[in-house]
Amino acid sequence: MTALGKLVRTTAFKIVAVYLLVFALFAAAVIVYLARHTQQLVVAQITETVEAEIRGLEEQYRVGGINRLVSVVETRAAQPGSNLYLVTTFAGAAIVGNVDVPTGALDKPGWSEISYRRSEEGDAARESRAIVRVLLVSGGFRLLVGRDFEERERLRQILAQPARWAVVLLVVMGVAGGVFVARRVLKRIEAMTATSERIMTGDLGGRLAVDGTGDEFDRLASSLNAMLERIEGLMAGLKHVSDNIAHDLKTPLTRLRNHAEEALRKAKSEAEYRAALEATIEESDGLIRTFDALLMIARAEAGETRANMTDFDAAEVAKSVAELYEPLAEEKGLRLVVKADGPLPVHASRELIGQALANLVDNAIKHGAPAASGATGEIEVAARRDGERTLLMVSDRGPGIAERDRARVIERFVRLESSRSQPGAGLGLSLAAAVARLHGGELRLEDHAPGLRVTLALSARAG
Amino acid sequence: MRLLVVEDDREAAEYLRKALREAGHVAEVVHEGEAGLALAIDGEFDVLVVDRMLPKRDGLSLVAELRGRGIATPVLILSALGQVDDRVTGLRAGGDDYLAKPYSFSELLARIEALARRATPQAADTVYHVGDLELDRLSHRVVRAGEEIPLQPREFRLLEYLMRHAGQVVTRTMLLENVWDYHFDPQTNVIDVHVSRLRAKIDKSFGKPLLHTVRGAGYMIRDGTR
Repeated sequence: MTALGKLVRTTAFKIVAVYLLVFALFAAAVIVYLARHTQQLVVAQITETVEAEIRGLEEQYRVGGINRLVSVVETRAAQPGSNLYLVTTFAGAAIVGNVDVPTGALDKPGWSEISYRRSEEGDAARESRAIVRVLLVSGGFRLLVGRDFEERERLRQILAQPARWAVVLLVVMGVAGGVFVARRVLKRIEAMTATSERIMTGDLGGRLAVDGTGDEFDRLASSLNAMLERIEGLMAGLKHVSDNIAHDLKTPLTRLRNHAEEALRKAKSEAEYRAALEATIEESDGLIRTFDALLMIARAEAGETRANMTDFDAAEVAKSVAELYEPLAEEKGLRLVVKADGPLPVHASRELIGQALANLVDNAIKHGAPAASGATGEIEVAARRDGERTLLMVSDRGPGIAERDRARVIERFVRLESSRSQPGAGLGLSLAAAVARLHGGELRLEDHAPGLRVTLALSARAG
Repeated sequence: MRLLVVEDDREAAEYLRKALREAGHVAEVVHEGEAGLALAIDGEFDVLVVDRMLPKRDGLSLVAELRGRGIATPVLILSALGQVDDRVTGLRAGGDDYLAKPYSFSELLARIEALARRATPQAADTVYHVGDLELDRLSHRVVRAGEEIPLQPREFRLLEYLMRHAGQVVTRTMLLENVWDYHFDPQTNVIDVHVSRLRAKIDKSFGKPLLHTVRGAGYMIRDGTR
């Protein structure tokens, strides 16, 4: 495509062209209106002058008769640049005057537009147009007074010339401006296209230039950059996860294989085979659970679950999950209290919220035993509304999580050294965080002094 | 019990047929959806076990077609898609229960038996009896050997579900689904703790235990002498 072709195809150029056309039409209309109005004004002035002249001459005639009229007309007609005068007899023979008019021009009294020749210039005189008034005076004489249109023509020329130039100038400037604007826009868009093409081919670290003017292009570039940021984050997350999957699924798979091999090598009795097979099933169940959890996180992150969200009471979920875990807590010597004043209606996935909360409570029971012996551990499950958000909180009195580790534990498969001895795959908090994000919220880990408070914040009108 | 298994994986289908026969049931096996539908319409089956992804006609459309024809045979849908949403769509299509692959056979068997029982009328009884244990669903009273046992509401519902399926194995996930209405993985076996609490109330001070643990499967309430 040629540069010009490309330019003409740009949106900016098209907009400029349309504006130019509209503006030119308006300008033309204004000029035409002005010209007409001025001409009308000139004509009105001419007629007024002629009118006054006629009245004056009529007066002269009344006072001094035809002789006086003839002498006055004679004097006036001789002045240079004068009006047009003609006095004729009833028969039409010219008595005095400075014009030759076509026959018949004097027949009817009143205003008319005629062609004439200045009589003193003879046959060489050029014909011009004039506006004239014919008056019948007593005695059968006719008096013609008129004025040349020359003034009007001159004015037309005075107006027409600059108007033509103005239109030309307007078009030239408009086109130049359009080209300038279009090229500027085109340049930035082309830069953006080039950058995004580079990013597409694999340079995910690349970003669009933001020049700080805060215009539409800057805003577009900023939001595209934010999108790239998120994509890059997700890609990094994906890589991290696949590395972890490789590690965390291979470990139990290895154990699984070891159990089977060991049984084949060593087992003598049926009881030993049975034990080995049971261990195998247990390991594979663990693997299935890890898979399910990963799948659930992936789906929550992809937002696929939105279609199945329902309206329910978050306080009821908090109560029922707490009730589900209460005997388990008691068995571990922990007291589980619920502070959930409902109803707290939310539009969400009850199943996912339940699972997320169950993960948090399960964690609290596993890790929430107080460090100091003799102290009673208390786990609090709370649900309340905080402005636009619905908060589901699980707090314990355990050792808590050091501030520097808090962001890390939310990642998939991350398990702190201190909890390696506990069962689990390190997916509980990741799922809770994914569920929070799915519902337009977040998962917060805070110091409960002592202990840990995990808050699942949901947007009240999630979905 | 006469069962129809519609499963395209021949090895899995054969495994199911054998295992179900060992459990005392007769299973007919087909490998694609159209044949499954034809058999389900013509044959007399107690429960249908239908895989979700099948050649020719998928499991969901098979179930929807059956329901459209007014055939109410209980259907258990099997699927490799185990997520909550898939479960919801499966049940919405007309399935009565949904089990994600890979499953344990004891879980499948327990669910098939529960489905068959659901179709029988005694589930509608207002008073359940197991041995000398009696549960009144209307007055919410539980009496054993003439002695009233006070139960928490959730314990009552747990016992009610167990007694409705008296003599059948009830798995932990079935309890979580039917008593708590959650289908998620509770991480720890919280159900066990609830059951042992219930057991302490209804069995401990009475001579003969009624609530039994079935190893590797779940629980069963049953009068041992019968």
